[in-house]
Amino acid sequence: MIEALINMVLLTLLAAIMIGVVRLRNLFAVVILSSAYSFIIATVLIVLDAVDVAMTEAAVGAGISTVLMLAVLFLTKTEEQKPKHSPALPLFVATVTGIALIYGTLDLPAFGVPDQPIHTHVGAYYLEKSVEETGIPNVVSSVLASYRGFDTLGETTVVFTAGIGVLLLLRRNRRRNGKNGETS
Amino acid sequence: MRLDVILRVISKLLLPFMLVFALYVQFHGDYGPGGGFQAGVIVAAAVILYAIMFGLDAALEAVPVRVVEIMVPLGVLIYAGVGVASLLLGANFLDYDVLGHDHHHAQELGVMLVEIGVLVSVSGTMLAIFYAFAGRGR
Repeated sequence: MIEALINMVLLTLLAAIMIGVVRLRNLFAVVILSSAYSFIIATVLIVLDAVDVAMTEAAVGAGISTVLMLAVLFLTKTEEQKPKHSPALPLFVATVTGIALIYGTLDLPAFGVPDQPIHTHVGAYYLEKSVEETGIPNVVSSVLASYRGFDTLGETTVVFTAGIGVLLLLRRNRRRNGKNGETS
Repeated sequence: MRLDVILRVISKLLLPFMLVFALYVQFHGDYGPGGGFQAGVIVAAAVILYAIMFGLDAALEAVPVRVVEIMVPLGVLIYAGVGVASLLLGANFLDYDVLGHDHHHAQELGVMLVEIGVLVSVSGTMLAIFYAFAGRGR
């Protein structure tokens, strides 16, 4: 009961922040609002008992990506230009997508129903055998790092690839700027 | 000149706790929520806070770009290295059971090493991206 109330308050706040983000033209305010959005999402995740995801969201979503956005703002203007086209078509697309998504949720099982495949196949096996087979009480850790070590290796490689990609793009520009500075 | 003395003192006080919390999240991941990814982003956030409050140059002195750029591939190498080690010891790739004498200890050792790999790669990547962006405005 109280959990539902908390969730409702948090989700209402999310909607309010989103309306603010859409309506504001000052990009600095938008960046700060999206940081607040991430913090509230992190709180929602804590209510849902996903503390590790909440930690990631608070550190990456609210912290690091906000800083990166501010660094980008430092390089550009902080005021968004007025849109040149009418917002009718994007509004229509967003409304139709939203209705389709809400329609899709109608078929979802209720929250936490125990007889769903996710709880009956390997999930139940992990919960029963994790301590016995790996000696690790936190099932999330044992699934991530031991049972599904290949997946996590792939995820680490994705992070690595993203880092290398950004470095290649941004560092090449830096070197070219340096060269221009020397010749001109 | 600088009027942000409260922010600077508070962040200086917070930084060691942030780093210790990151280590806690890292090594207590077997028992509580957390793991390499969470610890990695907390470490990166701590260094970024330091860079914001005390200037990019101070952060670059504490954590140089070279170190960060080595960390990005090093983490993946640690992770894959655990897999190769288990291959060389005669088991399947990333099968931790051969890493120690006792079955549970082997699993815990393997998970710990793998999580360290994730920590190194994630914090390195986050910091590398931050440095790449922060260095452009100058």
